[in-house]
Amino acid sequence: MLDDFMVRAALAGVGVAAAAAPLGCFVVWRRMAYFGDATAHAALLGVALALAFDGPIMLGVLAISLLVAIMVSTLSGRGLAEDTLLGVLAHTMLALGLLAVSLMSGVRMDLMAYLIGDILAVSKSDAALIWAGAAGVINLLIWRWQALLSVTLSPDLATASGINARREQLILTLALAVVVAVTIKVVGALLISALLIIPAAAARPLARTPETMALLAACIGVFSALGGLNAAFRWDTQTGPTIVSIAAAVFVLTTLVGIVRNRA
Amino acid sequence: MSLITAKKMTLSHGTKTVLRDVDFNIETGEIVTIVGPNGSGKSTFLRAMIGAITPSSGTVTRSADLRIGYVPQKLHIDAALPLTVRRFLNIPKRVKARVASQALEAAGVSEQADAQMAHLSGGQFQRVLLARALLNRPNLLILDEATQGLDQPGSAAFYRQIEDVRRDLGCAVVMVSHDLHVVMSASDRVLCLNGHVCCEGTPDVVAIAPEYRALFGSGTQGTLALYRHQHTHDHHHDHDHSH
Repeated sequence: MLDDFMVRAALAGVGVAAAAAPLGCFVVWRRMAYFGDATAHAALLGVALALAFDGPIMLGVLAISLLVAIMVSTLSGRGLAEDTLLGVLAHTMLALGLLAVSLMSGVRMDLMAYLIGDILAVSKSDAALIWAGAAGVINLLIWRWQALLSVTLSPDLATASGINARREQLILTLALAVVVAVTIKVVGALLISALLIIPAAAARPLARTPETMALLAACIGVFSALGGLNAAFRWDTQTGPTIVSIAAAVFVLTTLVGIVRNRA
Repeated sequence: MSLITAKKMTLSHGTKTVLRDVDFNIETGEIVTIVGPNGSGKSTFLRAMIGAITPSSGTVTRSADLRIGYVPQKLHIDAALPLTVRRFLNIPKRVKARVASQALEAAGVSEQADAQMAHLSGGQFQRVLLARALLNRPNLLILDEATQGLDQPGSAAFYRQIEDVRRDLGCAVVMVSHDLHVVMSASDRVLCLNGHVCCEGTPDVVAIAPEYRALFGSGTQGTLALYRHQHTHDHHHDHDHSH
């Protein structure tokens, strides 16, 4: 069964979406959307480095995303506004990544595959790594759920209750880096944050508690991944952008439902 | 037995010193009110008490059995975060449904149990914050201008509830307040901050100090003086201290 590239693609898409969407809720709640974007863009440098040193792509991406995420969280609040800092860092990394790729004349690299993803090229070992990463992130979120929610609500309230706010923020950063690393192959560096944010935003109008929002977001993410794969196959379109477009369509739909419900 | 003891505590934001050389301790059951002009370091002081800020010098010692209930000055809940009142009470520790219902009833907001936090009025929101702070049966309640945004009856009701809570739980209270009446009637001790500890003592001791009279005056003028008084920092510390 795993010999079928469509089955591998579907598995990869479901794994990635199921982990990215609940984490994406935290990204939305904490207004870290641009942070996710920056980390994802910087990931391209990780791809270039991995190719240069002939190492595994996911490891390179993981290392660079972690580096960027930790750099941003330690540098923020020291003079420059956080969005300025992120803009400088993310685009510098993206530019450096593109530069490094163009300098590696010996390496034949399909740049587009890493910018917008190539889910149909997911190998058996890729699928296994994606599932390991996704399961790790989901378990981490479930385990730390109450503490993460508490820190998201107010770091001071969390601290007063004996929660180490910095540690929980670091856990979110780590989870984000892992998600970026396993997602880059599926939707590419440009669209990773779409998988984080759009399902979460689509779930918001239908949810009354954080838990229902996270669960709904995961469902919407998985639906978009499978639906996008199907549609891309049928109409012969790029899978990454198709998946994101389906998620966006769900967002429009639920937003309309929310508006109608509020009027009623 | 002191719940929290601070010795020579200096607090900074980056390179800027907000409060310097504060000696402070709070005992079980005591009510201490912090007063001082805007920007005098009151909130920073409270954040150091809860452990959100590490002193740049000096020490803060907490007793091993310290359980803090903290009511912040303001809590912004992002519109993207769906949160019912009942769910809010279960953060970070889950409580039994019965306990949550009792807490909401005591706070007078049982009708709002399933409402979204974002839809509460200012007074309801503050009472829910207090109800949540009381759930772990704190022995120290820390309130940062908790009645900000409440009208006079609302704030009076809030302080009555604080007094009930102290009677029932026997907890100590550290609060920042601009309400002179509350400061004078309900506090065991008053701590006046302005970048450092300006004066400190029981309300009656502070009240008869010439310096206090110069600062706070009498009658309604006093409340205004509390907001507006400017310390020149060259005054002599000749009034009664209880450091």
